[in-house]
Amino acid sequence: MNELISFLIENEVLIYLLLFTILLGFEVISKVPSVLHTPLMSGANAISGIVILGAIILIRTTESDNYLILFLSSIALFVGSINVFGGFFVTNRMLEMFNKKKKS
Amino acid sequence: MEKILFLASAYLLVWGLRLQSDPSSASRGNKLASIGMILAIFAAIIMPIEKSNSNLLWVIVPLSLSSIIGYLIAKNIKMTSMPQMVSIFNGLGGFSAVLLSYAELYKYIVYPENYDFSVVLVLILSLFIGSVAFTGSLLAFAKLDGYKWSEKLTLPSQHIINIILICVVIGLSFFFLQKAQIDYLFLIILVSFIYGVFFVAPIGGADMPVVISLLNSFTGITAALTGIIFGNIVMLLGGILVGAAGTILTILMCNAMNRSLLNVIVGGFSSSGSSAENHSHGDISEISESDFAVQLFYSNKVIIVPGYGLAVAQAQKICKEIQEVLEKNNVDVKYAIHPVAGRMPGHMNVLLAEADVDYSRLIELDQANEEFKSTDVAVIIGANDVVNPDAIDNSSSPLYGMPILKVWDSLSTVVLKRSMSAGYAGVQNPLFFKKNNKMYFGDAKESLQRLSSELKNL
Repeated sequence: MNELISFLIENEVLIYLLLFTILLGFEVISKVPSVLHTPLMSGANAISGIVILGAIILIRTTESDNYLILFLSSIALFVGSINVFGGFFVTNRMLEMFNKKKKS
Repeated sequence: MEKILFLASAYLLVWGLRLQSDPSSASRGNKLASIGMILAIFAAIIMPIEKSNSNLLWVIVPLSLSSIIGYLIAKNIKMTSMPQMVSIFNGLGGFSAVLLSYAELYKYIVYPENYDFSVVLVLILSLFIGSVAFTGSLLAFAKLDGYKWSEKLTLPSQHIINIILICVVIGLSFFFLQKAQIDYLFLIILVSFIYGVFFVAPIGGADMPVVISLLNSFTGITAALTGIIFGNIVMLLGGILVGAAGTILTILMCNAMNRSLLNVIVGGFSSSGSSAENHSHGDISEISESDFAVQLFYSNKVIIVPGYGLAVAQAQKICKEIQEVLEKNNVDVKYAIHPVAGRMPGHMNVLLAEADVDYSRLIELDQANEEFKSTDVAVIIGANDVVNPDAIDNSSSPLYGMPILKVWDSLSTVVLKRSMSAGYAGVQNPLFFKKNNKMYFGDAKESLQRLSSELKNL
């Protein structure tokens, strides 16, 4: 328990940030029209691929001969960034589709 | 330098997502968010790190490979397969988080002197949620892809098994926290994987939109948790935003069905569905395609109500064709979209957009219910529960209270359906027996094709 409390104190700013971001998140995305549910979901999904930043940092801090960790984290980077790139491209494709209709 | 990049990227992600909640700016929003993401990746690559080893090749190779693969998938995927794709991408995100947490935890096994209780706890949590999101998404993918799978699948005493599984994970985590051993880690992952499968297994059919958005928010939460571990604010922010987006969509979907999240997760309408047989069914009347065509042709206003049946039959293009024929004859054609029609949030909108249907033709629930009053024919294509009048006037129906499309306010209704079988909720639909309703049986695509050629002959 003490460890947990000290963790909270050490990361005080991060915890505050966490709380505010949750509020911000709800504020930013509430009231989405149903036309945009699918693009929003796939766009948000792409953003969740942000875990790959962790993978990059991990790869960069690992000793060059620690192949297990290097291998694991580059696989993580690989699958995670398929999610990122694929997600953004496909969201873009969907939204272009909506836009095209509006002009004509 | 990298601090500025991270700041810019955080700003772009938030602003991009904000723009994505409005149709006119959504496309710009997505582009901004993707620029933000690229900035963040770039910043992570250049940021100075203590004890940095130049393993740049390990970063560049997977990154470039996956960008090509991601692009190719995104370019070639059919719009009808969108729910599957969203869930498989989501699974990949979850899997990435699992691998990452595993790699981090592994470091503590190798170097026990760095052991930090709270960090390990957060990592295990991230490992667990990521695993559930991973196998859950894979199962959701399988269910969406193979039509037969979408039957809900419940083991006897499923809930007890699920609770036991969670207890096992907690127990294993406790052991691991006491003594960091790799065996515990493997077991935690294994049990979490199994839990993910059991979590999604009983949910199916019309509840799929809820599940997909819920899994989406899970991946967001894992991303945020790993962000805490790496002390990276952009990861935290991005993860929370996704978590919030997923949660909002989940709540929206649940509200649209007038059910609680718990009720959806526990699975199905099973508990209160006994009233289904109480109806005196009465007679239904069928309509021939020539009558149907004539009726549509001489209407002033037609509203089409698409449902999952339209998506399964991939009938959206032929639907648009009929719309065009009718519009040439000055018939006002609109589409009424129920929030949970289809298998993911907004499913119908994407399908119809693919078929080039102008989105000003798509109307939402409230507006549709106004417009039915001045409608000549409401055509229901492969939808059932969302047009069930029991939801309004039969308090013993499991659907009671769900906001639905009041199609029966129009002069007449035609239901296109494959058979008389009940919808996902397992209840009969009294709409079918109403006097001004006609049935037109068959696969949605074939039916519409026949109808279309009839219309062209008129």
